[in-house]
Amino acid sequence: MRKFKEFIYPLILLSPALAILLIFKVFPIIYAFRLSFYDWGIAGERGFVGFLNYVYLFKDPFFWQSLWNTFMYALFAVPLGIIISLIIASLLNRGIRGLGFFRTAYFLPVITSIVAVSVVWKWLYNPQRGLFNYLLTLLGMSPLKWLEEPRGIFELLTGHSLPMLLKGPSLALFSLVLLSVWKSLGYNIVIFLAGLKNIPNVYYEAAKIDGAGPISTLFNVTLPLLSPTTFYVAIMTTITSFQVFAPVWLMTGPPPGGPLGTTSVIVYYLFQKGYEEYQVGYGSAIAFVFFILILIITVIQKTVLEKRVYYEV
Amino acid sequence: MKFKGRILKGIIYIILSIGAIWSLMPFLWMLSTSFKTPAESIQFPPTWFPKTFTVQPYITVWTKIAFPRYIMVSVIVSIAVLIGVLITSLLAAYAFSWFNFKGRDTLFVGILSLMIVPIPVYVVPLFILVQRLGWIDTFQALIIPWTASVFGIFLLRQHMRTIPKDLFDAARIDGCSRLRFLFSIILPLIKPAVITISIFNIISSWNSFMWPLMVTNSDKMRPIQVGLAYFSQGESTNYPALMAASTIAILPLVILFFVAQRQIIESYSRSGLKE
Repeated sequence: MRKFKEFIYPLILLSPALAILLIFKVFPIIYAFRLSFYDWGIAGERGFVGFLNYVYLFKDPFFWQSLWNTFMYALFAVPLGIIISLIIASLLNRGIRGLGFFRTAYFLPVITSIVAVSVVWKWLYNPQRGLFNYLLTLLGMSPLKWLEEPRGIFELLTGHSLPMLLKGPSLALFSLVLLSVWKSLGYNIVIFLAGLKNIPNVYYEAAKIDGAGPISTLFNVTLPLLSPTTFYVAIMTTITSFQVFAPVWLMTGPPPGGPLGTTSVIVYYLFQKGYEEYQVGYGSAIAFVFFILILIITVIQKTVLEKRVYYEV
Repeated sequence: MKFKGRILKGIIYIILSIGAIWSLMPFLWMLSTSFKTPAESIQFPPTWFPKTFTVQPYITVWTKIAFPRYIMVSVIVSIAVLIGVLITSLLAAYAFSWFNFKGRDTLFVGILSLMIVPIPVYVVPLFILVQRLGWIDTFQALIIPWTASVFGIFLLRQHMRTIPKDLFDAARIDGCSRLRFLFSIILPLIKPAVITISIFNIISSWNSFMWPLMVTNSDKMRPIQVGLAYFSQGESTNYPALMAASTIAILPLVILFFVAQRQIIESYSRSGLKE
């Protein structure tokens, strides 16, 4: 009877959650790993092939392109998102009136569905009828092809064709970056506001006594003390950037991933291979490379946090 | 000095307002287009406000497309997933915080570690599993795999641990069973955490896209986001109808947002401050 209370009872309590997690999460994760070593395509399972899927993957130019696009996307979405939200959060933190209104306005995109938002932004980006091109013409600039533009943003800025490493993301991919910055702005602001509130006032008073101006206070007090929050936002944005999918499916192409494959990101490529083309083995190999990337980012987060590179408040 | 301060305030308000306009503009443009006639919507230069105001796009979406059905599917799925997540998380968190058993902490860490595995990693095998179960195009496929939440278990456990243990002994003396103790004494004490989980869950269920896209193939089983996605591909040039459909797809959560704004923003804000 004692044993029942001490062991069986909690196990009964745990069993619904455990059953669901084991069947629909743990098992598929292990299964994905196993599948990545099998030749499993449209024709069904055709046996163990060792690392062959991975070998093909490393020779697959479309895979490398999607990986490159994913990196480019994160490389632009993360810093842009942080800088804009940090500026707005620090302005909101100055005891201004109408904080409630501003916070609501910035936060609205966060809770709206990525599908609806993608449909709306595709309309905004429309090369012939879209609002963005209309605004550009009002400003006296020439309209852009936005989602249909395969050229890199630095090529468009300089007017020359540039090598791969220098041309930057295609304007099409950069259009998706802008959407992501817009959508996550409110979330980042809320996190930064919470971080700013955590900085004790004494530091600002001390800076004031020492005669520090606003710029010096920003760089010597606010930013260093805010660094754990900034780091958290950077990691979270990187992880979500790596998982971008819906806007690619909804806004680019046809076929999605276009123009010229410049918006094909890793999760879209995984979806295309593993689900649409039903190359389950190959898709699982992509899934595992993707997982390792996410794992690396998480490990970086853990080590940095444990080293406490930030200043203890 | 006072003058300089005022200029500074002015600049701050201008920057914040530009930001707010940029955040709201896509929604305003969506609304404006949704009340236009198709011909007016593709005029260039465009009109800021509809010259001929019409609700026809909404009627089209509501009657010619299965939008009422999509919404019903989404409502059913969101509620069912929420109930499932709350029950499984409450029970599991109760076991993890109020009982001592062998391997408890190892098991908890094991479950927590699942949080770092993003859905795309296992979505294809999960699809195969659901297919073998014969669940394609059913409510089971949309609901059951998501009725347990690692985040839910974690958050509820953190809150339950802060409740003093003597409370249980007192309740025991009064003849309260363990399960009744959970629902009548612990549950009211951890209400804020339950609200947070409910908010995140409703938002993510309503907005979920990739999974329902994979497991549904008939119009009658499509949740709103998938319905909208297919509609946007089929009617890619009927902009007023597209914008009306998008408005309908985001409206329920926008209403929820205005009703529970403080709780929603606080929940998100706290999610970034992990201890």
